[in-house]
Amino acid sequence: MATSSAVTVARPAGLAGRMGGGIARGMAIGYLSLIVLVPLAALIWSSRAHGLGAFWDEVTKAEAASALKLTLVVSLLVAAFNAMMGTAIAWVLVRDSFPGKGFVNAVIDLPFALPTIVAGLVLLQLYGPNSPFGVDLAFQRTGLVLALLFVTLPFVVRAVQPVLLELDREMEEAAESLGAHRFEVFRRIVFPNLLPAILSGVALAFARAVGEFGSVVLISGNIPFKTEVSSVYISGQIESDNAAGAAAVSVVLLLISLAVLLAIGAFRHWKTRHDR
Amino acid sequence: MIAKWALRLGALGYLAFLLLVPVGLVFYRTFEHGFHPAWAAVTNPQALHALWLTLLIAAIAVPLNTLFGVTLAIALVRHRFPGRGLVNAIVDLPLALSPVVVGLSLYLLYGTGGWLSGFADHGIKILFALPGMVLATIFVSLPFVVREVVPVLREIGTDQEQAAETLGAAPFTVFRRITLPAIRWAVCYGVVLTTARAIGEFGAVSIVSGRIEGKTETLPLYVQSQFEGFNTTGAFAASVILALIAASTVVAMRFFRPKEEA
Repeated sequence: MATSSAVTVARPAGLAGRMGGGIARGMAIGYLSLIVLVPLAALIWSSRAHGLGAFWDEVTKAEAASALKLTLVVSLLVAAFNAMMGTAIAWVLVRDSFPGKGFVNAVIDLPFALPTIVAGLVLLQLYGPNSPFGVDLAFQRTGLVLALLFVTLPFVVRAVQPVLLELDREMEEAAESLGAHRFEVFRRIVFPNLLPAILSGVALAFARAVGEFGSVVLISGNIPFKTEVSSVYISGQIESDNAAGAAAVSVVLLLISLAVLLAIGAFRHWKTRHDR
Repeated sequence: MIAKWALRLGALGYLAFLLLVPVGLVFYRTFEHGFHPAWAAVTNPQALHALWLTLLIAAIAVPLNTLFGVTLAIALVRHRFPGRGLVNAIVDLPLALSPVVVGLSLYLLYGTGGWLSGFADHGIKILFALPGMVLATIFVSLPFVVREVVPVLREIGTDQEQAAETLGAAPFTVFRRITLPAIRWAVCYGVVLTTARAIGEFGAVSIVSGRIEGKTETLPLYVQSQFEGFNTTGAFAASVILALIAASTVVAMRFFRPKEEA
């Protein structure tokens, strides 16, 4: 008797609650659509307003194509360099110990927290025309790479660090006791375990580099055919009232972002399959 | 031994020359001529308005993203509904998308000839005004709360929630007494990340704001306009304020970070 009465008490609340939950869920999904989907749909709509031919002409226009090519090449370079340095930094933070390690570990998050325009300004002071070292990388591709390395720093480090922390040391010790060289242990045991994490970090860094704007705007000088990347090109096209050109290149960047997210999903799937 | 030192020196040297020395140099140059010029540069009306606007936008965007972020996370983890995979993918999109593309999308949606240009016809300004800047900020800072809360919800499971429900607790009571205490640190961490992104956003806001001095200029936009107008003291001083906000963000991130990430 007692149980059945408890159930009858619980049931109306559950029904009302389920309805309440459904409304909350609907509102949240509506919010997501209104904020993200509707603007992106408007973008895609505008990009093809004058037909696919016009879209293609805008994307393959000399200046647009050159910016797109530079963006991809520089982002690949930055992503590859991050794979190396990010893994090395994560290794030092997990396996090494030295005074001030906690501080260094915290500093890794700085590029995330620092507004991108400040990142650009800050780099321009050390590596620009007033550099105390006498190197002037402003308005050059090297400066562009530097700005992108700054803003993409945390991705690989933060992806690799937790995996490295959890990694079972016993395997490495066993290999070492069997006479494997230190580098061989890394290459054959540690590296394969880190690879999915490295790849997802690299993919995020690549996506970030492709879309980066704030840190690049001051340091690259935005010289067409030389240091102008796609995000800067888009902003320039908006200012000169060529919305169609801006929208076409934006759709290409959107497609790259979607491809990167798909790749990250695949890496994650790969990792969980390994865990099992 | 040599390899260990080489690795340590390489990693730390890279961090020093990429991060610490440049940031330190800007602090040095800001206060090179004493404290007063820098103070004067950030207390003029234009700078103060930019700071106030930046904080106002964050004060609108962060609570909205927190509220809807928690709701979305619960929906994604606790419920099966058609299009769940799609929602999951859309939540991540702002992380991988260029802020300029975000800005342009809003510009095309609310601008002349856009689908929602009707707001402007009825005297409600969205572009080149506060609403557009808030929408852009919400877009770019949307994923953080969701992404932090989802793994925690997955980990805690539903046992306690179900037990409370069987004992007759109303769904909102279950949320308030069981779910919320379990996810509160993840929510805090997400809020810190959302706030940092909201305050620092440049690309998207730069396009939808129209960069009207003293009206739609946020602090990051102020940094750019002052630097390009050769008022380096003003640009540096505003940068220092933003860098100090960033530093406190980093401290807060250390404090709230999920345990397993160390």
